[in-house]
Amino acid sequence: MSSNYDNNFSKGTDLAVIILYMLMACIGILAIFMVEYNPNSDWATSFISGKTSYSKQFFFLIFCSFVAVFILLVDSKVFTALANILFAGGLLLMLATFVIGKEINGSKSWIPIAGGFNLQPAELCKIFTALALAKFISRPETDFTKLKSHLIAGAMIALPAILSIGQHELGLALVYSAFIFAMYREGLPPFILIVLLSFAILVIATLLIEPTLLAIILSVIAGLILLYLGKRLKRNKQLIVIIVSIWLICVGTVRFAVPYIFNNVFECYQTTRIYSMVGKEYDCGLNQKAAASFVESGKKSRKPDDYNVKQSKIAIGSGGFWGRGFLKGTQTRGKYVPEQNTDFIFTSIGEAFGFVGTFTFLGLYLFFLFRLIRIAERQRSTFSRVYAYSVVGIFFFHIAVNISMTIGLFPVVGIPLPLISYGGSSLLTFTALVFILLRLDADRQMVLR
Amino acid sequence: MSVYNQNRGGIIQIIIGTIFFLIVAQLVSLQVVSNKYKLAADNNAIFRKIIYPDRGIIYDRKKRALLENTISYDLVVIPNEAKGVDTAALCAILQIDKAEYSKRIVEAIIKNTRVKAGVFEPFLTPELYAQLNENLYRFPGFSLSERSIRSYPYNTAAHVLGYVAEVDVNFLKKHESEGYEMGDYAGMTGLEKNYETVLMGQRGVKRFLRDNKGKIQGPYEKGEFDTVAIAGKNLYTSVDVQVQQLAEKLLQNKIGSAVAINPKTGGVIAMASSPGYNPNLLTGSKRRKTIGRLLLDTARPIYNRAIKGQYPPGSTFKPLGALIALDEGLITPNFGYNCFGSYGACGDPRKCEHHNAGHAANLQLALAYSCNSYFLQVFRMAIDNPKYASAKGGYVKWKEYMNAFGFGRKLGVDLPSENKANIPDTAQYNKDFGNPRYWNSCYMLTLGIGQDRMTATPLQLANSMAFIANDGYYYTPHFVDSIESETQEEAAQLAPFRKKQKVTKIPKEYFDVIKEGMHDVTVYGTAAFIKVPGHEYCAKTGTAQNPHGKNHSLFVCFAPKDNPKIAVAVIVENAGYGSTWAGPIGGLLMEQYLNDTLTTESQLKADNLAQVDLMPQAIKNWYAQNNKSAYLTPIEYNNDELSDVWDMEMLAEGVVKTKTKDTAPTAPLPNTDKTNKDSLLPNTDKKKKLNP
Repeated sequence: MSSNYDNNFSKGTDLAVIILYMLMACIGILAIFMVEYNPNSDWATSFISGKTSYSKQFFFLIFCSFVAVFILLVDSKVFTALANILFAGGLLLMLATFVIGKEINGSKSWIPIAGGFNLQPAELCKIFTALALAKFISRPETDFTKLKSHLIAGAMIALPAILSIGQHELGLALVYSAFIFAMYREGLPPFILIVLLSFAILVIATLLIEPTLLAIILSVIAGLILLYLGKRLKRNKQLIVIIVSIWLICVGTVRFAVPYIFNNVFECYQTTRIYSMVGKEYDCGLNQKAAASFVESGKKSRKPDDYNVKQSKIAIGSGGFWGRGFLKGTQTRGKYVPEQNTDFIFTSIGEAFGFVGTFTFLGLYLFFLFRLIRIAERQRSTFSRVYAYSVVGIFFFHIAVNISMTIGLFPVVGIPLPLISYGGSSLLTFTALVFILLRLDADRQMVLR
Repeated sequence: MSVYNQNRGGIIQIIIGTIFFLIVAQLVSLQVVSNKYKLAADNNAIFRKIIYPDRGIIYDRKKRALLENTISYDLVVIPNEAKGVDTAALCAILQIDKAEYSKRIVEAIIKNTRVKAGVFEPFLTPELYAQLNENLYRFPGFSLSERSIRSYPYNTAAHVLGYVAEVDVNFLKKHESEGYEMGDYAGMTGLEKNYETVLMGQRGVKRFLRDNKGKIQGPYEKGEFDTVAIAGKNLYTSVDVQVQQLAEKLLQNKIGSAVAINPKTGGVIAMASSPGYNPNLLTGSKRRKTIGRLLLDTARPIYNRAIKGQYPPGSTFKPLGALIALDEGLITPNFGYNCFGSYGACGDPRKCEHHNAGHAANLQLALAYSCNSYFLQVFRMAIDNPKYASAKGGYVKWKEYMNAFGFGRKLGVDLPSENKANIPDTAQYNKDFGNPRYWNSCYMLTLGIGQDRMTATPLQLANSMAFIANDGYYYTPHFVDSIESETQEEAAQLAPFRKKQKVTKIPKEYFDVIKEGMHDVTVYGTAAFIKVPGHEYCAKTGTAQNPHGKNHSLFVCFAPKDNPKIAVAVIVENAGYGSTWAGPIGGLLMEQYLNDTLTTESQLKADNLAQVDLMPQAIKNWYAQNNKSAYLTPIEYNNDELSDVWDMEMLAEGVVKTKTKDTAPTAPLPNTDKTNKDSLLPNTDKKKKLNP
């Protein structure tokens, strides 16, 4: 496509990102091919027949390329104009799944569309949320140093997240926390990040340490702080109140909130996954939901094990430094890793190409993310920048959580690896996310509202 | 407007970088540092199947298979996959209880780990196999694995062939680099052990890819890492199955041994040791029942007397004694000795069986009549040879001859655990009699008639006959003549057997005299009534005194006289005169080999001989006491460990025969001349101390 004919189309579009996008998508098809490969049948025939996942993914990619071209041809003002409507429409679609949705793998989050394909509105809603958030923050009247703005933005994110939880898509819900990057960049006080981080540490500590012991440790820390502050406390009585209430919250979390959530809110398998991450076993007898289903079905609740993670780690670990070679992974060939097409696609790369492969692969991703941040920083309009950081956040969250769960650093939550995992919805979402950003970036000299 | 927040872009980059770093760190630990995942993956997905090649076959000289391979089935189990097994049904089929089931599973885990197949029940009978095969679907994790086991169509040569058995921990330690695994079988005794590397062939390993449901998906990497099983090579031996069977038959109900050698090649034609056992009793499922009984049997059926038994040669030594004196120039064939029924030159007279004057007028006559006095005199002349300064010098020379003839050293036969028997060293006499100056030929006088401390194995005796038959050389006795498609290495292993052993320079005419004498033995001498139809032969009888009761009956011979094709040594323990028992056996063996059949008359003789029961009363008593039926069919065994076990069992049961605990140390003092002289008399108490 020459710039002479269509100056508008290629001018200002970031070629590096497009190349990376295509590269990653091709790696994805290759990875799926490794998973599905069957030496007993001719791969070319099965590719053309379109029955295998890798050929479907290939057609998805072609379709997504058309979508990408379409997005690049759209006026960038469309995105600012439609942001709120799209967001509202997305939320409606998500609500609609509760009624007309189809259940796949235990989550009722899919709407069947023509040709046997299914659409997952929660996936698309990530784009709409990103646009809407950008629209909200970039409004001239929004002052993002104010708490009120933070709360409104938080609510915009929380809404689809809660709906996702309602659809039993915990992974997708967690993704919405990725918007914190964009909000932080726009002025969210670092204090909030620190509090959230401390809270995360506290929860992990709860898993690792005996609750009573942890309570004692927390009390000792609080006591030490009081001692250290000593004289200042006399001058400022408020400090005592703050410290004591923090202490109360912490101990309360440890002793009551966390066990309550694990036992009453989470399903047995979810808690087990979280415990197994730190190498502990969870007694499902404590879980109210498991107990309830036990009463209902009259069957003994089967103890879910961490088979997935074990096999996933074996697959990646067996790759060694150089890998076992293309199509030579025994874990993959023997179908030992469940869901290897989608959530555990990283294992097929890890097994076949070893540390060299995974390192290179992660390098590509890192380069991709840093490239997106660079794009974000060169935007003149707040809208584009917020949107860009939202994309960075979503990509990063997906990559980090997905890979971490395959290597046992994070509990298993079902979220795909961007551009690699099999799945049309996911590929379409990430394509749209990236190309809308590229479209906005092409017009970076404009100030969009 | 958010310019003041610009540094936050950097912070986000740092956060992203940190998380990526953590991920990479975990990948390093998974993929680079730890190798347990590789193993875990292989255990998951690669199913290793060992393909056992057929062991080589051992043939006799006419290409008849002494042993063959037959198929047997084992029930094997992969403990990890044995879940949801219908244990009650399995236990019912195998007739075991649940406790035994658990025990065997644990054993399989200990031996072959949880993920590899281990033997649950070896050697299934055909009925069991059929039953299990039908019901196998009810026992996940269990499978039937084929194994080839030995069978012996001629029921013969157990001691020679040896047996294969499952390797134990000690074996694995000794053969660490040779790729044996728990559950493998290897040759433990006999030719099976000696030629293990040739017979075993090369095991093959096939690798299969297996999916998460345990289904085999196909060969791993298209079989790139598979190794092909290469069948073991066949051995072609010099054994003649018919002679071997006859030897075992004739030795039935007796304790003793017979060895026949082809003097032209050194190939062993037959080697029997009695009591023996049927080799088919030690294969497959029968082994478990039999082995214990064989080990505990007081008659030691597992012990190969032909290469381990040590017997005083008695008169069968005389031709060799004469050869030494002839070669040293001490006597001529015409040398005579005036014997009147005893030899008194060393004090107390030594008895001779003959009184008539002139029965030792020359060497030929002396051999024919087996005159003790004559050969005692000849021995003394050799020891007190004026060529050497002292008796010691003469003795050293004499011993040198004996070693050259193959006595007092291992011959190097291709069976494990050969015994070298005993030709005493001067050191032994020095120790017994003090300073070498103090002793002379009179002190070990009876060595001259194959007694004193001289012992030999039946193999050594047979070999000495081959030596005489060949006029002064022999080939190292051996069973294996050739190996199928021999490699250089294997040729090197057989090379010692193809080399002529000519260790003396005794001229042919001396051998001719000896042969004439030995021929006369069979014409008018001590073996005159033993004939080999159609052949002239040479022989020497022996009647050896020993510490265990009645005299041993010995017979050595070779035939035909002018073109010897077979040399034989036969010993029947505690049976009496050599000509009475050992002689006929030797004669029949030669007849069978040379004529390839027995005359009707000989057949009858053989049948009668086989019926004769010469078992010592002590052993019969033992059988009676232990409620055992009669001894097993003749054949033998040889394994140091096994005989040790046997010894210990014997001690424990208090049925030990007089053993040779005090061989040399309590031997006579220099002045106990009498003890020494007594050695010819049937005073067995004294001799206990002398003969091991």
